[in-house]
Amino acid sequence: MGLLAKAQTDDLGHRFSALTNLPDFKWLQPPEIGAVMVRGRMGGVGAPFNLGEMSVTRCALMIASGEVGHAYVQGRSKVHAEQAAMIDALMQTERADEVRAAVLVPIAASRAASHQTRAEKAAATKVDFFTLVRGED
Amino acid sequence: MYVAVKGGERAIDNAHEWLAEERRGDTDIAELSIAQIREQLALAVNRVMAEGSLYDPDLAALAIKQSRGDLIEAIFLIRAYRTTLPRIGHSKPIETSDMACDRRISATFKDLPGGQILGPTFDYTHRLLDFKLAAEGKAPVAQTRETDVDRMPRVTDFLNQDGLIQTETPTDTSPPDLTRQPMQFPAGRPLRLQNLTRGDEGFVLSIAYSTQRGYARNHPFVGELRIGRVVVEMDIPALGFAVDIGEITVTECETVNQFTGSKTEPAQFTRGYGLVFGQTERKAISMALVDRALRWEELGEDNMGAPAQDEEFVLAHSDNIQATGFLEHIKLPHYVDFQSELELVRKLRRETADATKEAAE
Repeated sequence: MGLLAKAQTDDLGHRFSALTNLPDFKWLQPPEIGAVMVRGRMGGVGAPFNLGEMSVTRCALMIASGEVGHAYVQGRSKVHAEQAAMIDALMQTERADEVRAAVLVPIAASRAASHQTRAEKAAATKVDFFTLVRGED
Repeated sequence: MYVAVKGGERAIDNAHEWLAEERRGDTDIAELSIAQIREQLALAVNRVMAEGSLYDPDLAALAIKQSRGDLIEAIFLIRAYRTTLPRIGHSKPIETSDMACDRRISATFKDLPGGQILGPTFDYTHRLLDFKLAAEGKAPVAQTRETDVDRMPRVTDFLNQDGLIQTETPTDTSPPDLTRQPMQFPAGRPLRLQNLTRGDEGFVLSIAYSTQRGYARNHPFVGELRIGRVVVEMDIPALGFAVDIGEITVTECETVNQFTGSKTEPAQFTRGYGLVFGQTERKAISMALVDRALRWEELGEDNMGAPAQDEEFVLAHSDNIQATGFLEHIKLPHYVDFQSELELVRKLRRETADATKEAAE
């Protein structure tokens, strides 16, 4: 669920479209856009305080075979939330391996790659100090 | 005093239509897209998210477009929008210790574990206009260097190993929320931090600057400044466990401040803390300085009567939407108010004139 929440909406949509024969479903909770208050900690480690809100879309659905899928995803895309909930439901069925290979693994890989690229750009800006020795002795 | 005045409807409609036309500007010039604003005016987007107090880059970009680049107007639009959103809940406190850092510097230790990582900074640029940007060119490409993604240790943790800095004690108390209850004084540190993180950047900067210039000076060092991505995790009651619901970019600043000790505390360093949505470094540093200045009472320092030590003064004036609302309302019709003032001035003048005449007779 966490991976689906953090996935780029376009990336998820693209992977999701590769899945065929999706089961019928009914909404237990249709997609709803809301806000979650994000908290921080004083000094990064101390007592909590309210930092500000972020937009979140949530939904819950039940597929024909009875499995329930939930989604809480960042942003305001109802399609993203629906797709995330559908995948959550499918992961509880015998199609789990297929869904993992078609959606979760590639999304995790593209996420890891983009993290690695940013980390490498950051590393290139790391300062290598050297000291110039002045004078004799 | 307010009275209903009618008759401006057509003028208002036409004014708004003209506003829309002016917003678009010269139609021979390509229109800005939301994605262009989000990607290329990212720091404006960050400021609108931080002070609008809603993390949503696309919405902030839309607000900037709609407000013609007036950031306070854009923040106003975001604040108005966020009131329409149902509150789903609150996240667990974000773990900035696990941040994927784009930038991480310390002004107190040169050789700190993890190193000084400059990131995409304006520092060390010469502040000369780059006319190459006026012409379209190839997209620049950043250098890369092989690295393992590692957790960055916190500078204040090193200091704390020797007990040289005041300890922050983790708790799980639910903090007060100024979007739910009106602010009351004394506010306490959690509410102060919430107020400051959404406060006007210019205001918080000026108050911070006043402490540096000597109004309640507290000798800050930037112990650590980091910018990067953190995961947001939330307990989902329906599931009975916590899941990641997204990822946000934040700027965190920890200042290390001199403290000579008190009757109960040995001499040690104290902390100021800044945490702000987005890449918002000036604001985060300012917030840390103001946070530290407002802690004078808790740390047993003297009240120098400085603005930065006055909790009510700082917190009641930091919000640019409240300030704008009150300031700008005076341009709206006050015809009746003014009539009574006019009457009063005329009456006073008449009385004075009469008195002078009587004295002369």
